[in-house]
Order: sequence, then structure tokens, then C-alpha cells
Amino acid sequence: MSIENIQNEIIEEFSMFDDWEERYQYMIDLGKDLPLIDDQYKTESNIIKGCQSKVWVHAELKDDKIVFTADSDAIITKGIIAILIRVFSNQHPKAIIDADTSFIDKIGLKEHLSPTRANGLVSMIKQLKMYAIAYQTQLN
Amino acid sequence: MIMIDVENIRKDFPILSRKVNGKPLVYFDNAATSQTPQQVIDCIVDYYSNYNANIHRGVHSLSQEATDAYEHARQTIQRHFNARYSREIIFTSGATHGINLVASGFSSFLQKGDDILVSALEHHSNIVPWQMLCERTGATLKVIPMNEEGELILPEFDKLLSPKTKLVFVNHISNALGTINPIEYIIEQTHQVGGAVLIDGAQACPHIRPDMQHLDVDFYVASAHKMCGPTGVGILYGKEDWLNKLPPYQGGGEMIAEVTFEKTTYAELPHKFEAGTPNISGGIAFGAAIDYMNAIGFDALASYENDLLHYGTQKLLEIEGLKIYGTSPQKTAVISFNLEGIHPYDVGTLLDKMGIAVRTGHHCAQPIMDYFKIPGTVRASFAFYNTKAEIDALVEGVKKAKMMLS
Repeated sequence: MSIENIQNEIIEEFSMFDDWEERYQYMIDLGKDLPLIDDQYKTESNIIKGCQSKVWVHAELKDDKIVFTADSDAIITKGIIAILIRVFSNQHPKAIIDADTSFIDKIGLKEHLSPTRANGLVSMIKQLKMYAIAYQTQLN
Repeated sequence: MIMIDVENIRKDFPILSRKVNGKPLVYFDNAATSQTPQQVIDCIVDYYSNYNANIHRGVHSLSQEATDAYEHARQTIQRHFNARYSREIIFTSGATHGINLVASGFSSFLQKGDDILVSALEHHSNIVPWQMLCERTGATLKVIPMNEEGELILPEFDKLLSPKTKLVFVNHISNALGTINPIEYIIEQTHQVGGAVLIDGAQACPHIRPDMQHLDVDFYVASAHKMCGPTGVGILYGKEDWLNKLPPYQGGGEMIAEVTFEKTTYAELPHKFEAGTPNISGGIAFGAAIDYMNAIGFDALASYENDLLHYGTQKLLEIEGLKIYGTSPQKTAVISFNLEGIHPYDVGTLLDKMGIAVRTGHHCAQPIMDYFKIPGTVRASFAFYNTKAEIDALVEGVKKAKMMLS
């Protein structure tokens, strides 16, 4: 499925929630459920330090697509990571480079991607795009 | 018992009646910045509406009025802190600026082999300038350790102290844990070996009224924005002798007496340290904020806040799995806590959704978090305009967050 289609799917899912509690409970459950990254990749070099929470990101290329795995020490951050991975993982580098992240506004989580929030998520998206650019160069 | 009329006091603070995320605001981030009463806001508006002018140089009436108001504020601050002379009060941009001013000045007094002592309870801003100073001068930075309760271990301090100790830096009250440090003892002992003491009073001044002459402290810094005043202004108190010895920090207008291309003569205190056009409205409003707090009275607000602290501590501890960091009996109205197995960021995020403002993270005090081996804490800090009903809302909020997260 294309990045845009997945984003629309997520927007539709979130539109079913009545209030912030349902929305956050859903994210917390996403954060709890997913084993997001293999422990061997939870290294210093894969860490993105936010002031508030830490994020680990790992990327590898499989059949010309990038597979991302990631984790965080805070569960709400982890829930948002789960959403970002669903959108960006298993996609071609070019599609990741071109993708925008405005769907986050539409599901009411904009505040988590504010640079002042310092939870590591803004840097994480930057990192995902950097990996995509690096692998794109490799494929060319 | 001295009482304060909290319902009437709350009417002075327009921000306290706003909503956040659709809920009435519960503001428990007072240790980061306090809210501003209408009286102080009016003071700033009055300045810009009626007598905005540059100070200390104009011959015209507006400049004279602004200068008088600014110097009047300095005297208000001098009386509040019981400094001997108003020239011992230097306006700064805040506590951090004052600390840097002293650190920079000391670089000409220090040499290799000298020691600087800092407490383990410091804010980042109170560590970095000294590390830089030690790098510049070859002096050694030594840390006064703390115990499990978040208190400084005084016998360890005694051991570190020697004639090589040139400077000791301790906060009056820890921002992360709320511990009140025994600064009287620290000042006395340091003076016995011939060292100087700088106290960071940023967290103390909203709760207590420190007496400079009684403390016999060499330097003391404070920030207006934690004392119901505006951001971007604060003071450095320094004993006159010390301030005369310290070289100027910044060059510019206001700090000079005479300039030729060969030589510049520096201005007298306090102007020697006040280069350029200062935060005039901020200084004047700082004076108004101090008047406001004194009208309520520090004894009254301290006893009221203490009551909030005990109530909040007791209520929060009823929640299973909640641990409080900083358990010294000598502490101000700050409760730093975590829920077992839950990241503080998650708790803070959900509390914000409920309109409750707390601080989460390491509170710019990473060494303390490393000591407790935690990524950070949730910190609720109270002011005299907070209520027990708001604490009840916090407790309910924490319970709800716990339910959602576990």
C-alpha cells in the first residue's frame, strides 16, 4: 500500500475516537503491543536523545524497500513511533523522501511533533528521511 | 496562625481563570516560572504607556522619571534582601547571567591548584560556567555529594574544604527536589578557610526572604520570573568589596566613566556591571512584584505553601507505586515523583490533556537523576495561589494516568 493510502487509513481510524482519552488509550496500547526493535540495535549509535524521552531507530534495505524498527523508553512516544513505522516502513526510499507528515495534524497528535517537545520524534522523522536519502543514493 | 485569602489572591492572576485543553488550568509548574499578578502587568503597561525612555543619560523629563522608577526598584530590592547598599544590587537578565558574571570575574583570581566546590544538587546552569572557568584557569571542580533524601552530606563538604578552596557554589533550594540547603553553615565554614560563597537563590526567593547581611554571603543571585515578576530580569547581590575587585563582565555604554583610545575608566558600582540599555520595564516590574509578595507576607505564604506540600505529599503517597524523590524534612513546596514502571513523560503528557501543568524530565539536573538511576521525574511545584482542590485534581489526574498507562 502507498504511504498516502496508509495515512488515509490511519486518519479514518482516528476519526472514530470521540475524545482525547480514546485516542491516547489507542496509542498507549499500540506502544505496549509492538516489539519494535531488536535489542542488538538498541545501541548508543542508534539513539536519538530528546530532553524528555529517548528514541532508537534502525534501518535496513530489503528488496529495494527500507524496513524500519524503532523503540522508545516512553510509551506514548512508542505509540507514535508505531504509527510512523506503519507509514514509512516497507516503502521505497524515494517514496519516503517525498512523503509529508501532515497526517499527524489530522489525527490530533501535532503537539507531539513540535520541536520544542524534545521527545526525539522530530529528530526521528529527520532520521528516517536521512536513511531514505542514503539508501536512495545506494540504489542509483 | 497567619492566614492568606487565597480566593482573593487568585483574582489578581488573570491566567488562573483560563482553560487548557478544555479544562480549568491547574498550574503546578511554579518552580519553572511563576504567574504574574495584574498589579505587575499594569506596572509594565504603565511604563510603556507613560514614561518609556532610556535611563541615566537624558536630561528630559521622561528619562528622569524612568531613571527614578528604575532606581526606586533597586532600592525596593535592596530593602527586601537587606543589602547594606543599593549599589550592591546589580540588575541582570536572570540568575544564570549573575552566575556567569561571577564566574567570569573569578577567572582573574584563580590559578592551578585552586579548588571550586559545587553541590550535587545543582541546576545545569550552575555547573557549566564553573567547568568552563576550571578549563580556563586550571582550577579543580569538586562536588559536594548528596544522600538518599536529597540532602548535602556535610561531613563530606568539611573534608573537601581547604585553604585551596577559593569559591563554593550551592543553590539555596534545589530546583529538582526542593531541598533547602544549610547555606548558613556552608558560608561560615567557607569563610573560615578564606573562600567566597555564591548562592543561587532562584528557587528560594519565591518562598523565603533571604537576609544578605545576616547570611554574610558574598554573592547571591535571583530571577524575577520565579517571584511573580517578568522574564528576562534578575539580580546579582555582591558585597561591595567583592564587586569592586571583580573586573567588568561586558563592555558597552553605561559601564564607563571616561573613554579615550588609550584608556577607559570604569563607572562606579552598580553601573560597572550594567553595560548597555537594561531591561528597564523589567527592573521596575521586579520591584512591583516584590512589593506584591511582601504585601501578602513571606511568613504567611510560606506557611500556606507548607500546608499544601504536606497535603499533596500525603495524598500522592496514597497512590500505590508512587515514589517521591527528595524527602528531606527541610524542603519547599516541590514534589518530584514517579509511578513505578511508568515514564514521567507519559504521565506529564496525560496530565496536560487534563489541563494540569507539571514539569517532566530531568529538570536540568541530570546528575541528580543519574544518582537515583531514573530518566527524570514528574515535578509538581506549588505557589501561594494554588489550592487543595487543585491538588485533588492532580491526584485524580495521576490516578487516571496510571490506569491508562498500566
